[in-house]
Amino acid sequence: MITNFFEGIGAYGVLMTKVFRKPDRWKLFYRSTIKEIQLLGIDSIGIVVILSVFMGAIVTIQTAFQLSDDPLIPTYYIAMATRESITLEFSPTVVSLILAGKVGSNISSSLGTMRVSEQIDALEVMGVNSANFLILPKIVAQLFFNPLLILMSMFLGLWGGAMAGDMLGLIAFQESISGYQLEFIVFENVIYGLIKSVVYAFIIGSVSAYSGYTVKGGAVEVGIASTNAVVRSCLAIILSNYVLTDLLLN
Amino acid sequence: MIQVKGIHKSFEDNHVLKGVDVDFHRGETNLIIGSSGSGKTVFLKTILGLHQPDQGQIIYDGEVLSEMSKQRAKKLRQEIGMLFQGGALFDSMTVAQNIRFPLEMFSEMTEHQMDERVKFVMNRVRLEGADSKFPSEISGGMQKRVSIARAISMSPKYLFCDEPNSGLDPETAIVIDQLIHEITHEFGMTTIVNTHDMNSVLEIGDHVIFMKGGLKVWEGNSSEVLKSTNEDVEEYVFKSKLFKQVRQALR
Repeated sequence: MITNFFEGIGAYGVLMTKVFRKPDRWKLFYRSTIKEIQLLGIDSIGIVVILSVFMGAIVTIQTAFQLSDDPLIPTYYIAMATRESITLEFSPTVVSLILAGKVGSNISSSLGTMRVSEQIDALEVMGVNSANFLILPKIVAQLFFNPLLILMSMFLGLWGGAMAGDMLGLIAFQESISGYQLEFIVFENVIYGLIKSVVYAFIIGSVSAYSGYTVKGGAVEVGIASTNAVVRSCLAIILSNYVLTDLLLN
Repeated sequence: MIQVKGIHKSFEDNHVLKGVDVDFHRGETNLIIGSSGSGKTVFLKTILGLHQPDQGQIIYDGEVLSEMSKQRAKKLRQEIGMLFQGGALFDSMTVAQNIRFPLEMFSEMTEHQMDERVKFVMNRVRLEGADSKFPSEISGGMQKRVSIARAISMSPKYLFCDEPNSGLDPETAIVIDQLIHEITHEFGMTTIVNTHDMNSVLEIGDHVIFMKGGLKVWEGNSSEVLKSTNEDVEEYVFKSKLFKQVRQALR
């Protein structure tokens, strides 16, 4: 098992050296990247919107519940705590974990299907660097669009929290907005999350692509690869979250 | 011309190719036949350079494949057309986009020239009117024709076909065989076809190689194969009732 793990790391590294090469034709690369942005990014907006609004609402309710016991704590603290939770962890990490499921399985299954139906062999026979042609646009699309999704998620999470707080009578909407602005630090509350989102985007794109690109067998193996892509991406996100949190906040 | 000299290939303990020597001539349809597990597919993939041989040489028109520079090997790939067993069409692209892909990737043609070339090869394989269809929307026979059109769009010098008739009805199979044979002669290509289909052997086999256990055990042409006295060839060729009757009739 340990040997397999290190072999896998090595194969992943070798694959990435094939991926990060100059594209044979920039025109085709741009076209593929735009298509991937649509498929992996724009098509994920819906789930990110729903998830972020309700996540913000839930965090506000939970925080209000925890702080309501102490009458000395001002209510805008609910908004401050919600902001910290949303911008530091929930938006960058939880949304990326969800996207690892949606986007990761998409990347892995599409590449896996191309592998078992000999489409990747067809590219190789033509002399195309298939790893570069197929995987690089997916990674670039992820790197470009994931931070935008995370920014949107932060905004919608905070908005959802303020709305839920107001509707349930926990904290007035305007007070939430004031709470969000209190001791707001751009690096801590925005840049930190964006740095994480870029790293997670690379993990989702590359790890899922590795799982799909290296499939051997048929439909069953494509399914297994898809599951592996999600599991590996989630594990890598959690591990890198630990490292990044330590590096960026300490 | 493609020359194969003493090719050996193993996968761990499995010695698949055990020293194959054969010459494939230009303008001929060369057929490789043999039972499953005889090493045909590995042989084809080794000639293509998808597998590295453990021993031996593959020579494309005087140039040894393993001694080519990376750039030359890449250039050679653009001189190769390949027809895969399942077609291997890009399912996210339409028929016309599939055929156009190699041109966009490697040629310096203008948009208009590419359109003209796509139109020409589509007409050549009788695919008129299918441009905007996706591979999933067309029949197996049409998929094979699209695959042939894509393979010849760059005017290759070498054409490789892996089981081109698998999954096709006998009538369509003959159409595909004849198409491969015609374009081989028309464009002067060196064509190598991997097949199980005896009809193909008799129909288009300018040069037939029979493989068994990783070795070439017989070599001839379509008219010689029915008269072969080689036991392995006889056993393979006359396995079916139809060919048993053919043998009786020949005798």
